[in-house]
Amino acid sequence: MEVLKIATAGSVDDGKSTLIGRLLYDTKSLTDDKLEAIEHSSKKKGYDYLDFSLATDGLVAEREQGITIDVAHIYFSTKTRSYIIADTPGHVEYTRNMVTGASTSQVAIILIDARRGVIEQTYRHFFINNLLRIKSVIVAVNKMDLVNFSEERYNEIKADFEKLVEKSDYEDQNITYIPVSALKGDNVVDKSDAMPWFGGQTLLEYLEKLDTVNIYNRGKMRFPVQYVIRPKTEEFHDFRGYAGKVYGGDINVGDEVVVLPSETRTKVKEIYFNDKKYQSAARRSSISITLENNVNVSRGDMIVKAKELPRIEKAFTATVSWMDGRPLLPGSKYTLQHGVNKVIAKVSAINHKIHPDFSGVENDVSSLNMNDIASVSFQLNKPIFFDAFKEHRTNGSFILIDQQTNNTAGVGFIE
Amino acid sequence: MTEKLLINALENEAIYIFREVAAQFEKPVLLFSGGKDSITLVRLAQKAFYPAKIPFPLMHIDTGHNFPETIEFRDKLVAELGLELIVRNVQDSIDQGKVKEESGRYSSRNVLQTTTLLDAIEEFKFDACIGGARRDEEKARAKERIFSVRDDFGQWDEKNQRPELFDMLNGQIQLGQNVRVFPISNWTELDVWTYIENEDLEIPSIYFAHKRDIFMRDGLIWSASEHVFKDDEEEVEERMVRFRTVGDMSCTAAVDSYAATIREVVAEIRDSSISERGARIDDKRSEAAMEKRKQQGYF
Ligand SMILES: Nc1nc2c(ncn2[C@@H]2O[C@H](COP(=O)(O)OP(=O)(O)OP(=O)(O)O)[C@@H](O)[C@H]2O)c(=O)[nH]1
Ligand SMILES: [Mg+2]
Repeated sequence: MEVLKIATAGSVDDGKSTLIGRLLYDTKSLTDDKLEAIEHSSKKKGYDYLDFSLATDGLVAEREQGITIDVAHIYFSTKTRSYIIADTPGHVEYTRNMVTGASTSQVAIILIDARRGVIEQTYRHFFINNLLRIKSVIVAVNKMDLVNFSEERYNEIKADFEKLVEKSDYEDQNITYIPVSALKGDNVVDKSDAMPWFGGQTLLEYLEKLDTVNIYNRGKMRFPVQYVIRPKTEEFHDFRGYAGKVYGGDINVGDEVVVLPSETRTKVKEIYFNDKKYQSAARRSSISITLENNVNVSRGDMIVKAKELPRIEKAFTATVSWMDGRPLLPGSKYTLQHGVNKVIAKVSAINHKIHPDFSGVENDVSSLNMNDIASVSFQLNKPIFFDAFKEHRTNGSFILIDQQTNNTAGVGFIE
Repeated sequence: MTEKLLINALENEAIYIFREVAAQFEKPVLLFSGGKDSITLVRLAQKAFYPAKIPFPLMHIDTGHNFPETIEFRDKLVAELGLELIVRNVQDSIDQGKVKEESGRYSSRNVLQTTTLLDAIEEFKFDACIGGARRDEEKARAKERIFSVRDDFGQWDEKNQRPELFDMLNGQIQLGQNVRVFPISNWTELDVWTYIENEDLEIPSIYFAHKRDIFMRDGLIWSASEHVFKDDEEEVEERMVRFRTVGDMSCTAAVDSYAATIREVVAEIRDSSISERGARIDDKRSEAAMEKRKQQGYF
């Protein structure tokens, strides 16, 4: 079955976890024992309603503080499709976890508390969703029950958000507005009786109908080699299979390809998935292939079609989202992981910091701290084979690994 | 030759993860319990490396209180596929005085496994342990990364996890650390069962309905066995049951069932109003039971 991945966003207490709990409840995805646990905990906390956030806030510290700290992945399915929702934290301090949740998602739901309207965190989250090129964004104006389900208030918030959208340079983005009450269930799965003035779809109706096929610009076929399979058995004595995942377009037997970095030309001889051979494989398939000529290929190399070469360069500029407690400094070195390929990268310059509220940039920056977003130039010890992020989601992104702590310290989107 | 490959997104993601483990680590191991999730893992690993053999061993931490059907199944599978199997016993950790056997009504060896596991990791210097935990099982597990770093003491620092972006997996670790890897993180219980059905995988017989001596406690169906503590008042009866998970006998409750085939099992899971872990006695200990065990190095 088709899987749709969704990330939530919004400030602390806007109701993300509650909304997800409500989706689970109204689609009958909560089993009796889980529901009982929620009833029990809600009662213990003295609430006279069911606190659905308890369905997703899985850590003790989260339940104690009533906030989400780390991303939780929640699963449910309808007759139409399966859903994976990333419940991300709203707290500024945990913005990096929000970036993480959004990076693997196809759709974003940005929540706004109807009482507070569009606030700085809304700007920030919308900005991050743009940076990650999330094509479908749902703006859920939540807690409508606390503003008497007022159409006027909803329109005000919608107008404010539309002003934000005008500042965005991502023109293909689809934005949908829905007034909801996560707590009461209005317009989540079922239409709200309290808001007859709203003629649009409920959240679930919208998700069910979303076209998942054309969510991303496809980009060119890229086949990064993950692992070389050499069985050395009698039957497969000379077998050399190049295992990897296909990105972008299709790969076919007979395709003229180039192996990077050696730039050797050859043809695809066989495509295997498990013990079966295929004529063709599409993006996202984890296959292994053999080549016509006996060329030297190892992990980190990339196989591309002869007429579709990527950029092969040792220096580039990227937008970086910094996620580590140790600041990024000009001149410092990191392990740069681009797909499955690792090189050493030196920060040649921090060009400018980008304000995530669309208000412009700040020049003369000497370091990047956790949650900062900036334009950074890098110098590599050897070339990598990439596309701009806008043209290729996977081949245009990389992570930076701190060489001392081994932590994933930042993520970059190549310009 | 078949024309175009049709893909199952979850299966392809898992194969990708297996290949990352083989490429990024020196001494990986697949933790094998004999349950449906680890059987699924073995199948996925085979596919990831075909026509080569799975390039790492399996390891079973045997509590000594397993269902005999599971152990039989384990040995048969390993022999058929020509895999390497390491077994380490909780009984040895008890005999060495490293852990103390619990006693009384809810006694179980489930928690004791952690010590045996950590010792085995150190003994073999494993740097990556592949497991079949899934995020949909339990809400602390919903917070897990695919590559989850553990310190020298096997501990999980749940509030300070590495971000995982797109599908890039960072397996770099310091000496003494190791990584727990969860290739089927994004699968649900139903996904696993559907896969077992489609792939026609063999599974231990206790997953199917069978007659068993049981007794009732706290509304759960317990197996009557020498390994499970039972009061004299608790009456044993015979009933048609099956198991949804196969942990230790002392912490895995059965469910009423007449599902005798994989198709019937899938149908039953689809309609079930109780979660898989609803029948895990170890999780009933407290709301935070799983998180606590994970912090200490449990799977
Ligand atoms: N009245 C009302 N209260 C709501 C609604 N949605 C959420 N709440 C309440 O708002 C509070 C915060 O909800 P959460 O779901 O925990 O918020 P969150 O966005 O997940 O917060 P973080 O994860 O910490 O960023 C809880 O007390 C909810 O019960 C709503 O629609 N109406
Ligand atoms: Mg939350």
